Amino acid sequence: MCLAVPMRVCEISDWAALVELEGIQREVRLDIVDRRPLVGDYVIIHAGFAIHTLEPEEAATNLRLMREMADGLDRQEEKRFS
Amino acid sequence: MKYVDEFRDQALARDLAAALDRTMTRPRRIMEVCGTHTMAVFRTGLRSLLPEGLELVSGPGCPVCVTSAAHVDAFLSLAGRPGVILATFGDLVRVPGSDGTSLAHARSQGARIEVVYSPMDGLALARSHPAQTVVFLGVGFETTTPGVAATVRLAQEEGLNNFFVFVTQKLMPPPLMALFGDPAQTIDGLLCPGHVSAIIGSDAYRPLVDRYHLPCVVGGFEPVDILQALLLLVRQFEEGRAEVENAYTRVVSRAGNCQAQALVAEVFEPVDMEWRGLGVIPGSGLQLRTPYRAHDAQEALAVEVPLAEEVRGCLCGRILQGRARPPACPLFGLRCTPATPIGPCMVSSEGTCAAYYNYSPSALNRAI
Ligand code: SF4
Repeated sequence: MCLAVPMRVCEISDWAALVELEGIQREVRLDIVDRRPLVGDYVIIHAGFAIHTLEPEEAATNLRLMREMADGLDRQEEKRFS
Repeated sequence: MKYVDEFRDQALARDLAAALDRTMTRPRRIMEVCGTHTMAVFRTGLRSLLPEGLELVSGPGCPVCVTSAAHVDAFLSLAGRPGVILATFGDLVRVPGSDGTSLAHARSQGARIEVVYSPMDGLALARSHPAQTVVFLGVGFETTTPGVAATVRLAQEEGLNNFFVFVTQKLMPPPLMALFGDPAQTIDGLLCPGHVSAIIGSDAYRPLVDRYHLPCVVGGFEPVDILQALLLLVRQFEEGRAEVENAYTRVVSRAGNCQAQALVAEVFEPVDMEWRGLGVIPGSGLQLRTPYRAHDAQEALAVEVPLAEEVRGCLCGRILQGRARPPACPLFGLRCTPATPIGPCMVSSEGTCAAYYNYSPSALNRAI
């Protein structure tokens, strides 16, 4: 029931948005989304409702931390500062 | 940033797996609560990357699997009524009730059952069939419930008095508190569900840390998300720490989605709820608040929830508690397959038995 992959917003009306992923389009409701998306934003969808609008900076930080953990860099940094 | 390709980087996944391997000094068991995690772990082949001795155990996070046989029986009793259209998520259609029949059987006997993708589709059915009674079967956790709340509120505003919800909405923290409150359980840490957490926030797991000293990490659904979450968990084990950590910060915050929480609090109130395999857990479910009760199927349509036995021989109950694995079930892969499911864990694509059957040939060999 959970769709794990974010979808891109192509159109917005009052309470609904048209979202797209790999050529598949869907209408979703915006009643419960944490931040109202703009066209071009990516949203997480659950059972026909957008539940979260992604922020590029958060995603970039998320990815950077993963890379640092993969390399064990985050640990070294901790040591340097402690 | 497209939020997908970046998080499917195979080199990054290998490096995280290697870090995991280096960090682990002894065997550990981690429960992945969410059915979508269970499926992701199998579908992406992540199992082959995990260090030996790191065991992933599924928990009570597949909404269809935890729907009690009594509730399925009640759905079936509604399906037989004249003038009723049932709107349901597809996964529920093939779940057997206590006598082995399912909504699919009812449909073949003439019951009107529509598979919908959203509760809003149920509302649309009620608008287009004003002379019929439309009942949306509400199953699901914190991720599904805000959408159900929004739909009920809209039905209320529009005065759609032929739209009802059979509410069996469930909350994730209470069964986890119940499971980990049992001193006999042997799980070292929790991989917390990504999208339930998007709604309730990562702070919702603090009571598990505070009361049971249980390491909890929220994770996303791509292989690197899951691996990072596992690495954070293993580090906590090795260092003797128990904290809530978040490996899915692009979607989950500490406080969660306040908008959705407010809407749910407006429309629903907590109630004791029966879970398959776990029994009745106090305060683990939701019911409509009085101003919205006119849309409550159980009350408005006087539906009895009968006492029902779980299907005999099915181990779903133990599997949902992380106490057994599918190959331990004598019916697994023999009498019970995705084409001929006996228990709900084999029906839902998120069910543990279905995941084992579809993706794990070795488990199958062991069973046969
Ligand atoms: S294999 Fe079938 S009968 Fe056995 S536990 Fe799983 S769903 Fe139940």
